[in-house]
Amino acid sequence: MSAAPPTTTPVMLSGAMRAAERGLAAPPATAVKIDVRGMHFYYGAAHVLDDITLTVRANQVTALIGPSGCGKSTFLRSLNRMNDIIPGARAEGRIRIDGQDIYDPSVDVVDLRRRVGMVFQKSNPFPKSIFDNVAYGLRVNGLVSSRAELAGRVEESLRQAAIWDEVKDRLQASALALSGGQQQRLCIARALAVRPEVLLMDEPASALDPIATQRIEELIYDLKTAYTIVIVTHNMQQAARVSDFTGFFWLGKLIEFNRTDRIFTAPGEKLTEDYVTGRFG
Amino acid sequence: MASAEARRMRRRVANAAMLGLTAAATVLTVSVLFFILGYLVYQGGSSVSLSFFTELPKPVGEAGGGMANAIVGSGKLLLIATLTGVPIGFLAGVYVAEFASPVPAFVLRYATDLLNGVPSIVVGIFVYALIVLPMKQFSTVAGGVALGIIMIPIALRSTEEYLRSVPKSLREASLALGASRATTIVRVIVPAASGGIVTALMLNLARVAGETAPLLFTALNNRFWSRGWLDPTASLPVMIFTYAIAPYPDWHRQAWAAGLVLLGLVLVTNIGARWLLARRRRAGA
Repeated sequence: MSAAPPTTTPVMLSGAMRAAERGLAAPPATAVKIDVRGMHFYYGAAHVLDDITLTVRANQVTALIGPSGCGKSTFLRSLNRMNDIIPGARAEGRIRIDGQDIYDPSVDVVDLRRRVGMVFQKSNPFPKSIFDNVAYGLRVNGLVSSRAELAGRVEESLRQAAIWDEVKDRLQASALALSGGQQQRLCIARALAVRPEVLLMDEPASALDPIATQRIEELIYDLKTAYTIVIVTHNMQQAARVSDFTGFFWLGKLIEFNRTDRIFTAPGEKLTEDYVTGRFG
Repeated sequence: MASAEARRMRRRVANAAMLGLTAAATVLTVSVLFFILGYLVYQGGSSVSLSFFTELPKPVGEAGGGMANAIVGSGKLLLIATLTGVPIGFLAGVYVAEFASPVPAFVLRYATDLLNGVPSIVVGIFVYALIVLPMKQFSTVAGGVALGIIMIPIALRSTEEYLRSVPKSLREASLALGASRATTIVRVIVPAASGGIVTALMLNLARVAGETAPLLFTALNNRFWSRGWLDPTASLPVMIFTYAIAPYPDWHRQAWAAGLVLLGLVLVTNIGARWLLARRRRAGA
């Protein structure tokens, strides 16, 4: 395995110690993938996100932390415009992916969602077979031209999600018969099948046991070489384990955004320090 | 503490009374079904034979004969009813569940409920004026359309209910993969709801199979085989009606037999529909 976070100890170390243990140098300064400037978000009259500005770098893992209900998930869902389906939801400001404003009227939302994939907090496989779940995105977007190619892409995605060995003999079985952790990895495979550029993960391991959580975290670490990942988590130690950059959200504002090791060892804001040391939240 | 004892006694009596009352009501409900079934078997069981299913009605006085034309006629009527009523109800249900904004949805639902409340005999008169008069004859098509109109409200409501019951998470999962709204509806939502929709369709069919009034002046009746779709046709409910009010005991026996066969078909459809739904649920979840 490549330089993975330490996986053997079951004891949850504090975020600061884990970041230092990884002994990371500064994450390489890759290109800017997502550029958010002065973003505000409203649910009807409620001002849910206030003046958010941050950059997500390509092939890095960016974590968004903060207490429940402070807008992290809302922000994440704005990046692939999933909030469009909620009546009364409105975004202002600028969100640019690869230099293009995604809220521009000329943008094809359906294509955006193919390029920016999402994995949800509670795994939501379709009530279809394992194969059909992973093949869904490929079929719907017309990305393959033959059944052999389809089978190949499905296998590739299941391997990427580290679940191939467990399901290769029962691809036609119902996806709902899998365990919680397996279902979540299946959802990741399904999202990866359409080869998105960015992967948004909304607390992907919150509903899972520690062993399954560990596997998901290893997966995230391995995936970042090929994808840009933005992960929302209310588990600080998880953020410290897997991410390169961290943003701390509180009551709809972005309090601080920096390299993960800085956030956990030398936070700039008092509020951040209070949160990561567990004084509230 | 006599009062505590008395309170406990009162509670026990109240509990027992409630249990007794509700249990008795349940037993009464279920026993009505079994009573009807039992009485039908008793009265008509002896007249149900192979000839009942294969022969045409014989003139009064002659022994034997059957209701083959009525059974086939009912089948043809239900086929037309399904082909006319179900697509309209289903597609309208999809519209109300997926595309209508709250106010039009409310209006549509209300209108559907009103249509459901229209007496079936009035639907019959309506179809009489609409199809029978211009065609200048009674026909299977007219009877089928009348039954189809009766099927529409239930098809619409049940489709809408089952579509709404599909979890939002499946919808979001599909959209997040780059599927359009229409694709999501066709490839995820409807298949997920299909078990319930099919069950509701079968129950709808079973209910409509017994409707007599709308057929009285649309499909009328027929002593012989009905050719094609434009002739009047016999049907089980109308035959029961005709035979039961006639003064011949022979015909009465045949009416009982027809009632038993009709109820049997309805029961088989109901039980089959629920069994299918349960099997799908077990396989999928």
